[in-house]
Amino acid sequence: MTGLAAPTPAPTPSPRPGRAALLAADPRTRKRNAAERRFRFCGVMAISIGLLFLVVLLAAIVSKGAGAFRQTFIALEVELREDTLDKNGNRAPEDIAKASTFAYAPLLGDALLAAIRDNGITTELQTRKEIKPLLSASAAAQVRDFVIANPERIGETVAFSVLAASRVDGYLKGRVSRDSVARSKNMDARHLDLIDALRDAGVVEKRFNPAFITGTDASEARPEQAGIGAAMLGSFFMMLVVLLLSLPIGVAASIYLEEFAPRNRLTDFIEINIANLAAVPSIVFGILGLAVFIRFAHLPQSAPLVGGLTLALMTLPTIVISTRASLTAVPPSIRDAALALGASKMQAVFHHTLPLAMPGILTGAIIGLAQALGETAPLLLIGMVGFIASTHPDGLASGFLDPNSAMPAQIYEWAKRADPAYYERAWGGIILLMLFLAAMNITAILLRRRFERRW
Amino acid sequence: MYDTPLTEADVSTEDAKILARNVQVHYGTTHAIKDVSVAIGDKAVTAFIGPSGCGKSTFLRCLNRMNDTIDACRVRGTILLDGDDIYHRRVDPVQLRARVGMVFQKPNPFPKSVYDNVAYGPRIHGLANSRADLDRIVEKSLRRAALWEEVKDRLSAPGTGLSGGQQQRLCIARAVATEPEVLLMDEPCSALDPIATAQIEDLIYELRDRFSVVIVTHSMQQAARISQKTAFFHLGHLVEFGETGQIFTNPQDPRTESYITGRIG
Ligand SMILES: Nc1ncnc2c1ncn2[C@@H]1O[C@H](COP(=O)(O)OP(=O)(O)O)[C@@H](O)[C@H]1O
Ligand SMILES: [Mg+2]
Repeated sequence: MTGLAAPTPAPTPSPRPGRAALLAADPRTRKRNAAERRFRFCGVMAISIGLLFLVVLLAAIVSKGAGAFRQTFIALEVELREDTLDKNGNRAPEDIAKASTFAYAPLLGDALLAAIRDNGITTELQTRKEIKPLLSASAAAQVRDFVIANPERIGETVAFSVLAASRVDGYLKGRVSRDSVARSKNMDARHLDLIDALRDAGVVEKRFNPAFITGTDASEARPEQAGIGAAMLGSFFMMLVVLLLSLPIGVAASIYLEEFAPRNRLTDFIEINIANLAAVPSIVFGILGLAVFIRFAHLPQSAPLVGGLTLALMTLPTIVISTRASLTAVPPSIRDAALALGASKMQAVFHHTLPLAMPGILTGAIIGLAQALGETAPLLLIGMVGFIASTHPDGLASGFLDPNSAMPAQIYEWAKRADPAYYERAWGGIILLMLFLAAMNITAILLRRRFERRW
Repeated sequence: MYDTPLTEADVSTEDAKILARNVQVHYGTTHAIKDVSVAIGDKAVTAFIGPSGCGKSTFLRCLNRMNDTIDACRVRGTILLDGDDIYHRRVDPVQLRARVGMVFQKPNPFPKSVYDNVAYGPRIHGLANSRADLDRIVEKSLRRAALWEEVKDRLSAPGTGLSGGQQQRLCIARAVATEPEVLLMDEPCSALDPIATAQIEDLIYELRDRFSVVIVTHSMQQAARISQKTAFFHLGHLVEFGETGQIFTNPQDPRTESYITGRIG
């Protein structure tokens, strides 16, 4: 056709009209490249902003919560005087148990006064009553527990490392200042001077506090004693219930729906409802758990079993959706291959489809579990905020039916309390919670890798 | 004449392995197979040819009841395997498929080792009594599929890591490992290069001694090369069925002639 156009002039070295030289981008290409560059820039920006938020978040959590893992202790040589602890001198356990913590307080006071004296510290605080604010109320209980466990040591002088009061800890961590102490009743600048002197003498010392990880909650007035161990155990029992219930039920339901159920109105209806359930706010599951498991089935309140059941309800749709997605992702040709060889439907599913879908299923399950682990609202409704202040075996939640708390509920409780020492512990709890979530995600990744390699 | 289906009288029924009578297939409202009757001989290769969408695959899948897996699919009529109605209420499709194997258009090895691919059928059907037995079956099947020499040193390597032609031969080995009587192949070479195609064709030629092979193919040359009987499908009808040589040299139906000479397709 073009050959029929008007005769062209003599051939010129310039490129044909309408075609740009290869070395110079034409305007259209330039525009396209610019659009591509803009898009890439937006992507990089989005990721940078995300990373920035992550860094800020992690930095905030670590800087605010790390302190909770360190606690101030006071090293004391306590004389376990027979005349106060065992008046009859017969070491009978009943008699020793009769001595309450009030009997121990003076011994501790004396021990602290002795420590002040021995280290040559001069202070105006000379009486037991005046130095009492330095010691945690838990110190007496700690010594008493030791004596009850080792009655033969009565009469000796034993070295203890007891918890300092929360405000001593706060002073060493910079939370309590001289200004704030001025407004307080039973502590003043003299106490702070004494703490400085004791710290220099090595009597008062800040160190890692395993009791924060293993311990139980404490009353409002004793933040130094509070730990998240019992709540961790509660969370563990709950997660066990969630895993044992929602994984098999969810996977079985998905396999049935995806591979066996006929496509009809009923299955469509079920499908839509599962999708809707996944979007139901967690507090609705909480009130459902309250109504069904506690009011109707009369299961005990605050029990990890009930919490686990409630969270399992919440996790089920997540697991069903992710399992079905990973089952559909398995190419149908694999199913056909198995069926054409004379495998039954079930054999095709269990020998081929399911193993191939496993990485996706596990990832979904772990994400569901992680969600459940961090879930707070439904726990508040079913009373999973049990106040567990004693240790095993006398009451520490040791099973599925004992009242307990859970990590996020415990964190919520602490954050609610007025004392800033509890605020720090709430952040510390969040660090632990994040560590668990990270561990779960890493497990998910490792499992996925393992299954993928196994092929 | 133009749209009348082949009548049963045209179908020779002596020594037929599979005998189909008045088969109708519907996908929902689509009428995909219209009153097809055909007799497929034993120890012979039967080729199904015809333009795309004419129902070759659909009919092939009726023969091992793979259509059962499609919800919308309805099959009517009778299909006899050695005289037994395979659509009888009491027939278990699982058992049927052990006797009527299938190879698909796209190679679909399991994401497992070469060995496990071939051993899967014998395992689920309990064909091997011992590990050594199974080893023997695997070797025999791979030899039959002309793949043994190429994979004997990497039986534990993934079957999905083989080349396309090797994968398809692996699928054939997997299908013959269960000792089927009929082997259905749905365009087994359409995803392969000419060399792999030639290998598979040689293989089909060999397999004819033991199995009744039904192959769907797009290539008329292929049908002419490897089959004894050819069936020509058009718009769901079986237009013509007969000796391959006769179909290609002297077609009876004008539609067959147009297709073979390239006027429909
Ligand atoms: N799974 C299915 N669902 C609905 N219709 C189908 C399905 N498979 C095939 N068909 C229809 O049946 C007819 C025959 O298809 P098919 O057997 O695949 O043809 P061929 O293999 O000869 O190309 C086509 O019209 C196709 O649209
Ligand atoms: Mg086809």
